[in-house]
Amino acid sequence: MTHEIIISGFGGQGVMAIGKTLAEAGMKEGMDVSWLPSYGPEMRGGTANCSVVLSRDPIITPLVQYPTELIAMNKPSLIKFEPAVVKGGLILVNSSIVEIKAERTDVRAAYVPCIDIADELGNLKVANMVMLGAYIEATKVVAFDTIHEMLAHIFTGPKAALVELNIEALKRGAACI
Amino acid sequence: MAKELWKGNEAIAEAAVKAGCKFFFGYPITPQNEIPEYFSKRLPEVGGCFIQAESEIAAINMVYGAAGAGSRVMTSSSSPGISLKQEGITYIACAELPAVIVNMMRGGPGLGNIAPSQADYYQATRGGGNGDYRTVVLAPATIQEATDLVQEAFDIADMYRIPVVVLADGMIGQMMEAIEWRTPKKRELPKKSWATDGTNGVRPHNIINSLFIDAGDCTVQNRKLAKKYQLIEQNELRYEITGEAEPEIVFAAYGTTSRIARAACMRLKERGIKASLFRPITLWPYPSEALKAEAMKPSVKAVITVEMSMGQMVDDVRIALQGAKPVFFVGTGGGTIPVPQEIEEEAMRILGR
Amino acid sequence: MMKTVYQKSKGLTDAELHYCPGCTHGIIHKLVAESLEELGLIGTSVGIAPVGCSVFAYNYFACDMQEAAHGRAPAVATGIKRTHPELTVFTYQGDGDLAAIGTAEIVHAAMRGEKITTVFVNNAIYGMTGGQMAPTTLVGQRATTAPFGRQKEHYGSPIRMCELLSTIDGTAYAERVTVTDVPNIVKAKKAIKKAFTLQQQGAGFTFVEVLSTCPTNWGLSPLKAIDWLKANMIPYFPLGVYADRTEEAR
Repeated sequence: MTHEIIISGFGGQGVMAIGKTLAEAGMKEGMDVSWLPSYGPEMRGGTANCSVVLSRDPIITPLVQYPTELIAMNKPSLIKFEPAVVKGGLILVNSSIVEIKAERTDVRAAYVPCIDIADELGNLKVANMVMLGAYIEATKVVAFDTIHEMLAHIFTGPKAALVELNIEALKRGAACI
Repeated sequence: MAKELWKGNEAIAEAAVKAGCKFFFGYPITPQNEIPEYFSKRLPEVGGCFIQAESEIAAINMVYGAAGAGSRVMTSSSSPGISLKQEGITYIACAELPAVIVNMMRGGPGLGNIAPSQADYYQATRGGGNGDYRTVVLAPATIQEATDLVQEAFDIADMYRIPVVVLADGMIGQMMEAIEWRTPKKRELPKKSWATDGTNGVRPHNIINSLFIDAGDCTVQNRKLAKKYQLIEQNELRYEITGEAEPEIVFAAYGTTSRIARAACMRLKERGIKASLFRPITLWPYPSEALKAEAMKPSVKAVITVEMSMGQMVDDVRIALQGAKPVFFVGTGGGTIPVPQEIEEEAMRILGR
Repeated sequence: MMKTVYQKSKGLTDAELHYCPGCTHGIIHKLVAESLEELGLIGTSVGIAPVGCSVFAYNYFACDMQEAAHGRAPAVATGIKRTHPELTVFTYQGDGDLAAIGTAEIVHAAMRGEKITTVFVNNAIYGMTGGQMAPTTLVGQRATTAPFGRQKEHYGSPIRMCELLSTIDGTAYAERVTVTDVPNIVKAKKAIKKAFTLQQQGAGFTFVEVLSTCPTNWGLSPLKAIDWLKANMIPYFPLGVYADRTEEAR
C-alpha cells in the first residue's frame, strides 16, 4: 500500500526529523519515497508540518491531501488535519500536551504520551523518536532494524551512547500501540 | 548505485559540482537558500569559489565575467531575484556565454510570497530582458530529473554558448526524494578559444561584448543568434507522454503540476475516462510538434493545460495546436497548488459527463 | 638607419580612438597601456570596459577585454578575478557608471578587498549620452538635465568617491590624480602603475581616480577646459593619496 503521512506540530518538536527518518528508512527498504516540508517565513516556533509518501509503486505526487496516517504532535495539528484523514486511516496523538481526543469514529486513533516517556528516559529530545516507534509499530511500514542501522550510522564515536537511547525511545513508543 | 535521499536545492547544487561547476555567485532569497548555502561549504572542497554578492544584479554580472573568462559557472535565485538578473541574462545571451541559471519560482507578482509557483514561464521562455534572445529552459518534475538536467544544462550551455535556465519551483527546491547519481551522455564540446583568460602574447586579444553600435553588425549578430536557436530547436527538444494510448483528454503540464495532472489522469482512469499527460521537459524550445501529434489523435476531444499560474504555457499549447483542438486551462496563481480533483472535475465538465 | 625615439605602447591596439578632440581619455588610455606593458602584464591581463564614453575601450587595449553592463564592471571583474586569480584584472569606468548606477558594485568590490584595479575617470558629466548631470557634477555646474546648474537643495553635493572608498578596509590603495599637464601625467602614471603592482602583490582593492576634462559637453575649448578643471574641480576633489594600507605605507 501507499502510505501518505502528515506529521505536524510546533517548530522544534522534531517533526521534520520524523519525516526524514521515515523517508530514509523507506528508501533503504527499496520503496519510492518523498518528503515535503511546509516552509514559512519564520525560523523558530510557529507550526511545522511535512508530508511523507512511502510506496512500493512509483510516487506520482509528493503532495498529501488526504493522509492515510496523521501524526499530531500538538493540538492545532489534530484540529487542522483530522478531517482530512482517509476513512480507516490512523491518527497518532501526542497525548502529553494534547488533552482532547480525535472526534472521528471512522479512523483508528492512538494516544502516545511521548514527552512524558522522553522525560522518563532522561532526554526530552527523543519525544519524536517515541512517536516514530509508535508509528512503525502501528503500520509496520518499515522494520525497526532499518532504523537501528541508520542510528548506528548517524551516532558514532562519542555520540554512540545515543543509539541505545533512541532505540529505547522507539521501543517505548511501540509499546503504546 | 545506492539511492540517496536529497533535498531538491542541495541536490541541484551537488549536481552542478559533479558537472564541474566550481564557481557560484548568488544572493539570498527564499525558497532557494539551500543552493548558495550548499555551495558556500562545498566549493572550497573542490578548489572553487563561492561569493555572496551584494545583489542579484552583481551576482549575474559576476557570472558574466566568470563565463567570459571560460569558467563553468552558475547562479540561482527565485522569481523577484530572477527579475533583477534579467539585465545580465540578456548581456550573456548576446555575448554568447555559457552559464546556468536556476529559478526556484515563488508566488508573484511583486514580492508575492515564498510558496511554489510557475508564473515566470513567460519571463523564462520569452526572455525577460531586452532584445531578441532565447535561453534554453529545462523544467524538471522530480529531484532525480533535476540532478540529471542540471548536469546536462552545463553541457548544453557550453555546446551552444547560451544561458540555460533550470525552471523549477519552491516545492521541488524544498522536497526530498531518493535519487541516484547519473552522468549525462557525453557530448563533444567545443574549446573555449574565445575566453578572456589572457592572450599570453600568442593570440590577438579576445573581446567579450554585446555592443554592436553599427545596426548592420547588430543585425548580423541577431541573425547568428536566430540560426543558433533554430539548431537548438532541432536538437534539444525534450518531452514525455504518459497515460492512455487513445486518450479523450490530453493534459499539458510541466514540473510540479505535471505530477498533479498525472494524479488526475489516474483518478479519471478509475472513472473510465482515458487521459494522457504531455509533459514538456524543454519549455524553450517548446515541443510543439509532439504535442500536436498527441492532440491530433482522433480520440482526443480536448487539451487541458494545468499550471501554477493564471495561464501562461497555455499560450504555447494554443500556438502548437493552431485551433485544431479545443484548449482549456486549469490553474492557480499566487503560490497555491491545484489539487487533482479540480483538474478531474474540469475534464468531466468538458466531456459533459 | 632611423632611431626610434617614441613608440605607441604595445598595450594599445592600432584601432583609432573615437574620443572628442581635447578629451583626456586618450592620455589615460596611454598611461594604463604603458603601465601594463612596462610591468609585463599585457598577456595576462583582462580589462573591463564600462558604459559611457569609454565603452569602446575593449577595442583599444591590446589585452583581453570584456564589455560590462552600465555600472557592473566591478562585478564582472570579480567574476574574472575569482575564477582566474593569476590574471591582472582592471576596470575602466566613468563617473556615471561608477558613482551613480554602479555605486553598489564598486563599494562592495572594495569591501571584499577584491584584488582588482579600478581606473575611475571623473569628468563631472555624462559624456556619451550628451552632457547630463553626473553624481560628480559640481554645484552650479550646468548640464543638459540641470540647465540652471546643479542645485544643492535639489540634488545635494557631488560625491567624492576616493574619500568614500578610502574608508573601506578592503581598499588597499586609493589616489586621486589628474592629467592636466606633464608633471600631473607623470604622477598619474605612477599611481596607475602602483595600483597594478599592488594587485600583483595581492594587496587588495586598488583605485585610481583621474580628474578628466570634457571640452565638448562643458562647452569649452580643450585648453579652457583644463583651466576650468584646475579652477573648479581640484578645489572640490583635492588630489592626493587617500588610502594606502600596504605594508610599505605602515
